[in-house]
This record gives sequence, structure tokens and C-alpha cells, in this order.
Amino acid sequence: MTTTEIHEKLKAQFGEAVGPLSEPKVDPFAVVKTDRIVEVCRFLKDAPGVELDFCEDLTAVDWPKRNVIEVVYHLFSYKHRHGIVLKVEAARAEPSVPSVEGVWKAANWMEREVFDLFGVTFTGHPDLRRVMLPDDWVGHPLRKDYQEAGGFHGIPNLRENPLVELRRIDEIRIAEHAKNNPPPAPAAAKAPAPAAPAGGGAPPAPPAPPAGPKA
Amino acid sequence: MSKLVLRRIDRNNEEMLVNFGPQHPSTHGVLNFLVETDGEVMRRAIPDIGYLHRSLEKIGEMVGYPGYMPYTDRIDYLAAMFANEGYAIAVEKLIKVEVPKRAQYLRAVSCELNRIASHLVSIGTMATDIGAVTPLVYALREREAINDLVEALCGARLTYNYHRIGGVAFDAPEGWRDKVLRFLDRFDSLLQEWDRLITWNEIYLKRLGGVAVITREQAVDYGLVGPNLRGSGVDWDVRRDIPYGAYADFKFDVPVGRGWAGTVGDAFDRYYVRVLEMAQSSRIVRQALEKLPEGEYMAKVPRKIKPEAGEVLSRVESARGEMAYYVVSDGTERAYRVRARTGSFLAMGIIEDVSSGLMIADLVALIASLDVVAPETDR
Repeated sequence: MTTTEIHEKLKAQFGEAVGPLSEPKVDPFAVVKTDRIVEVCRFLKDAPGVELDFCEDLTAVDWPKRNVIEVVYHLFSYKHRHGIVLKVEAARAEPSVPSVEGVWKAANWMEREVFDLFGVTFTGHPDLRRVMLPDDWVGHPLRKDYQEAGGFHGIPNLRENPLVELRRIDEIRIAEHAKNNPPPAPAAAKAPAPAAPAGGGAPPAPPAPPAGPKA
Repeated sequence: MSKLVLRRIDRNNEEMLVNFGPQHPSTHGVLNFLVETDGEVMRRAIPDIGYLHRSLEKIGEMVGYPGYMPYTDRIDYLAAMFANEGYAIAVEKLIKVEVPKRAQYLRAVSCELNRIASHLVSIGTMATDIGAVTPLVYALREREAINDLVEALCGARLTYNYHRIGGVAFDAPEGWRDKVLRFLDRFDSLLQEWDRLITWNEIYLKRLGGVAVITREQAVDYGLVGPNLRGSGVDWDVRRDIPYGAYADFKFDVPVGRGWAGTVGDAFDRYYVRVLEMAQSSRIVRQALEKLPEGEYMAKVPRKIKPEAGEVLSRVESARGEMAYYVVSDGTERAYRVRARTGSFLAMGIIEDVSSGLMIADLVALIASLDVVAPETDR
């Protein structure tokens, strides 16, 4: 069966609950009313001649402009080698979609992933926990307006440019060196000179050794 | 948000809650199992993943289409070619570019070599997990040879970044074909050696036969793919059944689990399907090199890739089963959404239900036989 035929069959069974097939720019899909999705999926899995037994993919796309989160179902049949793409839409504020875990067990983990990364609640899911992120993570990263919280339990997720950091350390060292070795004494000025090539590090190297003797 | 509910531990009995991982040598990367046990028998093993989550799907929305290619390597670093190819095919479908024949063949060759390398790691570490240390050394020796070949092809040994949108990055160097053929001659004899070394070993058979059986219905229901699915007796291979690239031109068999050690769908079937698959990969590489067409290895692709709005799903048969990329474009230079559907993620989902009633030592066999790779589950 082609995708169009499957879609016609769905239309005949569910009428208005199944939207029209999108024009096939690349891959066509059909939008289903959110509260009917479980029925539609069960029909697609059981109806003779359709038998979409493989829940190939279940994911979501965030559309802030339309204020919806789309949950996308890629369904496929091993027996008949055909498939269809379904979508349901949920409001972004409190997205909630019925769970199809009862139809395909594969949906269990994929719905958990969508819950984790998009914040979509799947009603009727037996074990809706975060799967990738820690349980106490704030926010849902794959949403388009996600803002990083600036760290997690005191672990920063931003780091200063290492070059800036190195320069600051260098400047502290140079300042310390200048403090410890007052400039007028000629003997002291001679001492660090042979040490510098041995150190061989960054250009402002001479200040490196004197920190030791003081301590 | 619901929380993980653990069974109440009866201290008078032999019940225990054991952490298996995250840093355990046989967990194939960093992942954790909470194991509820009664003595040596598991009640349930609850996988806890996410230690290697690098938000690769979010990165896909931030970098341009060609710029995402190196990141796909990191999705599955044992079989990076497939991650490359899947993404390349998805974007090619979006911008409607035809890949030159030579590039398709080079893709097939590089992918099948990579499949052999990945399966070698899988079966080698599996033998080690079961307790036979020697086979891993043999497996890694061959993988090293493949790494050398792939390095000659694309300059990298692990994260290849070889495929490009519209073709491949480099042509095969001079004399490379003969080197590969020479390697394959040796490798085919190694496979027989391998069977003598470990496959039909009495202890190995007894250790894996009938353990962690996944029935055909379960495998389909839980969305297992690739060798795990075929190990359960489902005759399905994306390369043969929905051919992509050059695979329609090749003749090869699809090995399916037959219950060699007792039951169809046990750990041994999943293991032996991989061994047989390597021989088929070797066959494909020979055919591809035999017929390698002349010509361009890169299609004419605009410098700025800006597909029209739309969405696409591409499927490739990776070493860990079907890998699907779902790419949504909104008409700009960056993807609106990139999603990689990987085999290991759903293979982890089945562990909780299959594990009940197994011995703790068999959990190791189950994980190894499913060939889960932590970066692929976490992405």
C-alpha cells in the first residue's frame, strides 16, 4: 500500500480526526487530532492489510511561532513494507499527548526522551522519567527558547577564554616578582637572567622561579 | 514528574540493590544499571543512561548543514561512517542532489569496512565479557588493519568525517584497492579461525545458549533493529529491503538467527549473526571494488546549502541496526531540527523487561549481545 492509500483508509475510519496529507514537498505527513492518536495508532497496528508493527521513530519539533509542539510518529510495517508519518500538535504552555506505549513498547523510551528534552507530558505512560538528563535538571533543552541555567549544582557550564585566564595568571606572577625583587640591586637582577632560558616557557618567563624561595 | 520507584528491599531475605556501573568494564561505555537482586538472580535491572549526553541534536540546529558532518561521527564512534552516511543522505534528499556512482561505491566500501571493524569490537568484547580474554586480541588485530586502510582513505582512524553532502571527501588512493583485497583474503580465513577459536567452544555455547531470549514479537514491539532484530528471527535488512546508495547492485545474504545454540533469539544468535554478517560485508566490499566505476566522487553542491522548507527521514543500516535521521528544514542555512534515531537507545529500553529472572552474570551477556554503545544511546 502507498502512503496515500493508508491515509485514505484512515480517513474512512476516523473522518475529521485525521487531517489531510501534506503536499509531498519531501516526505508527506498527516496531522491527527491529539485526543484520538491512540485509537488511530491501534487501528493502524491491527487493521488487516496495514499492520504497522514497527514504531520507527517518535520525536518532537518545537514551533514557537505557531505556539505548538509537534510530536512526530514514523510508523512502518515489516510485513507490507509501507509506512506513514503522523503528527499531533500540543500547546506549548502545557503540552500533553496521550501515550502510545500500550500500542508499541518502543514508544516507552522514545516518549521518555521527548518528555525529557521537550517537556511534553504523555498521559498514561507507565514510567515517565527523564532519561538523558539528571532528574533535577531545570528546563527542556531542545525547546527553541531554552536558556542555559549557567551551571548545575555548582558545576559551571561556561568557562573563561583560557588565554585570558593564562594572561591573568602571568600578570599576577609578574607583579609578585616585581614585589619580591626590588629593581635597584644589580646582583639580584643578574640572578634570574640565566634561569630564563632554562625555563624556556612563555615570553614573560623570568618571573617563574622566584616564588619558591619566598615560601 | 514521576520518580523511579524501587522495590522495597527485604533485609531478612537475600535481596539487594546493586549499582552496576557507571564505570564497570563490561558496560561498554559509561552507563549505569540499578540491579534489584535476590541472591544471584535479578529481579530487574534498570538502565540509567545519559552520562555521555552531548546534546548533539541541539548542536545540529546551531551549525550549518555541512558543518554538522563532523559531529555525526561522535554519535557512534565505533561506526562513524554510517552516521556520516545517514546524515548525508538526509540532506541530499532535502536539496535533491544525485550522488555520483563512484561516490556511492566508495561509501559502500567504507561503510562495510567499518561494519567489520565495529562487529569485531562487538564480538571481541563480548567474548571478554563472558570470560574468554584471548579472542579480543585477534579481533583488535584485524580492526587495526582496517583502521590502517581507512586511514589511507580518509586520514582518520576513528572519527572519519569522510562522507560529504553530495559524495565523499577523497577518492581512493592509488593501490588502495589491492591492499583492501589482500586484507580481505586474510580476513576470510580469520573468520574460520575465529569459529574454531571461540564460536563453537563448548563453554561459550553453554554460557550463551538459551540466555536472555528475545522473541520475534518482542523484538519488533520494542523496536529493536539490525543484528538484534535478525537474531530474533526477523528477516529484515534495510540494505536489501529498502536499498539506498549502491546496495541494489550487490549480491549478499542476510543472516538470520536460527537458534544455533538452542533457542531462536538468545544471546548466541545475536552474537553469531554478527559473525556471519562480517563475511557478507567482506563479500560486498569485493563486489564494490570489482565494479568500482570511474568518474567524479563528488556531486556539484552549492557552497551555501539552503534547502526549501520540508522534512525528510533517511534510513541506513548501521552496524547497530537501522539508523534514521529526521531532518526538518525551514528554508534557512541551518537545520530546524536534526534527530538521530539510533539502535542502541531502544536496545537499552528492552533490558529492563528482559532482565527479570536472569542471573547477574547473564546481564553482562545480555548487554554485550545487544551491542549497546553508550555514545549512541545518549547522543
